[in-house]
Amino acid sequence: MSEARHPSRAGRLTASPAIIMLFAWMIVPLVMTLYFSTQYYNLLYPGKTKFVGLENFTYFFTYPSFLTSLVNTLLLVGSVLVITVVLGVLISVLVDARFPGQGIVRMLLISPFFIMPTVSALVWKNLLMNPVSGLFAWLFQLVGLTPINWFSDWPLLSIILIVAWEWLPFAILIFVTSLQSMDQEQKEAAQMDGATPVAVFRHLTLPHLARPIAVVVMVESIFLLNIFAEIFTTTGGGPGDATTNLPFLIFTQALLEFDVGAASAGGLVAVVLANLVAVFLIRLIGKSLTEA
Amino acid sequence: MPDLKKRRRVTETIRAICAWLVALIVFFPIFWMVLTSFKTELGAFSMPPEFLFTPTLENYREILERNNYLHFAWNSLVTSGGATLLGMLVAVPAAYSFAFHPSQRTQGTLMWMLSTKMLPGVGVLVPIYLLARASGLLDSRILLVIVFALVNLPIMVWMIYTYFRDIPRDILEAARMDGATTAQEIYRVLLPVSRGGLASTALLALILNWNEAFWSLNLTTTKAAPLSALVASFASPEGLFWAKLSAISTLACAPILILGWGSQKQLVRGLTFGAVK
Repeated sequence: MSEARHPSRAGRLTASPAIIMLFAWMIVPLVMTLYFSTQYYNLLYPGKTKFVGLENFTYFFTYPSFLTSLVNTLLLVGSVLVITVVLGVLISVLVDARFPGQGIVRMLLISPFFIMPTVSALVWKNLLMNPVSGLFAWLFQLVGLTPINWFSDWPLLSIILIVAWEWLPFAILIFVTSLQSMDQEQKEAAQMDGATPVAVFRHLTLPHLARPIAVVVMVESIFLLNIFAEIFTTTGGGPGDATTNLPFLIFTQALLEFDVGAASAGGLVAVVLANLVAVFLIRLIGKSLTEA
Repeated sequence: MPDLKKRRRVTETIRAICAWLVALIVFFPIFWMVLTSFKTELGAFSMPPEFLFTPTLENYREILERNNYLHFAWNSLVTSGGATLLGMLVAVPAAYSFAFHPSQRTQGTLMWMLSTKMLPGVGVLVPIYLLARASGLLDSRILLVIVFALVNLPIMVWMIYTYFRDIPRDILEAARMDGATTAQEIYRVLLPVSRGGLASTALLALILNWNEAFWSLNLTTTKAAPLSALVASFASPEGLFWAKLSAISTLACAPILILGWGSQKQLVRGLTFGAVK
């Protein structure tokens, strides 16, 4: 038992490569970002580097696109979370009962999760949402409506739809698995007592799904805060900055305008934002992750 | 009673139809992509859309003939495979330590590892880019291998840890009694009994690496660019080759889709760190 209290030599040695590598991966860039954020540093004028204090931050915060990108980031994360969790729960309950072809239905439902972000973005943009030759335009015309010009009239909504399509399968995958472990006898007993399906859903199914929902929210948040490829390949952040989220704004600062200082300040803002979300989420469900 | 039974059957049938309908809608964009890949460029653009047409393999033939497709596919294979291998080499010993030699700090360390996954890529993009440039590793496969491995290391450690946690400790203790060293313990006893878990961890890492786009787009140009970057290059407006885009996309996604279908059960465990069973 003493072994459980004090880390043994074998325990320390085997864990150290991973810890050292991750620590370096985290701390080296962070320290560099912190340093660059106080410098005037543009890759186009490498000789002119100098200390500017917090100027990059004031520049970044007062940059007109900053607020838009922050709002876009939160809108994107929030709407995709709501869509995937609500639809995910409904669809999972729908496919939970036995029916012919259940296995195939589940395979079809989870498929989008395995499609590359760049592929799904381009397939949606060109094959489905194109206002001239896309399938949606054709469907709209069939019922006598004017086709929507998705990416110019509803740019952020278009991105949200694509990203929600990519992440809905993940929610379904988790919820379906969790529903399988639900107490069937309790459910049947409730039904015998005359509980309506809605009552069963509200008082038995939803509480059972509380933990998986928390897990889905946490895992998706990590990835959704960093959405990049979908924007890069469809709108390039535009029109204007309608679809620019924080990652994309920092990318334009760093690799398009070569302003390392401002990009670093922005990077730190993104880190702080992610940490706020992370602390909140870990408080919320971190315990249930390690207990199990 | 028979009336009730009948009603039940009707609801079940409606339910099955709804389930199939939803599944077909969700899957439709993928189906449409595969279908388009067999059309001519003109047919891919036609309005109303072609549902019945003579399928052609022309797009695939052209893509495979242009040897640059194979170059990108090779990059994808080498970088995602290499990163998976490197990740496993580091993650297995770490998970072993956390599962079988836990200390008071173990839970904290595990949570910290997970939190590095929350470090946004853009927060560290600038320094990684500059470091890569300074060391001449920009647009090299070795750089992607290292970055991919580090990005997914927390998930891999967690996933293997959840598998190891379920292995009875007696097995390892028995081996230790017989005088096995730590390395022997891992390679002779632990790896054989956890083969399934390790395989699905490697599979998940492979899927995530294969589809990764942020780092591939920002750290490569052509030399080391994987398939996801090649597909992104079709974003430019002058490249209206939708049938070819569909064919490339189908080729890029098919292997991962098949792997994913085969491993859906294990994926849940891995992606939720065993918190959902």
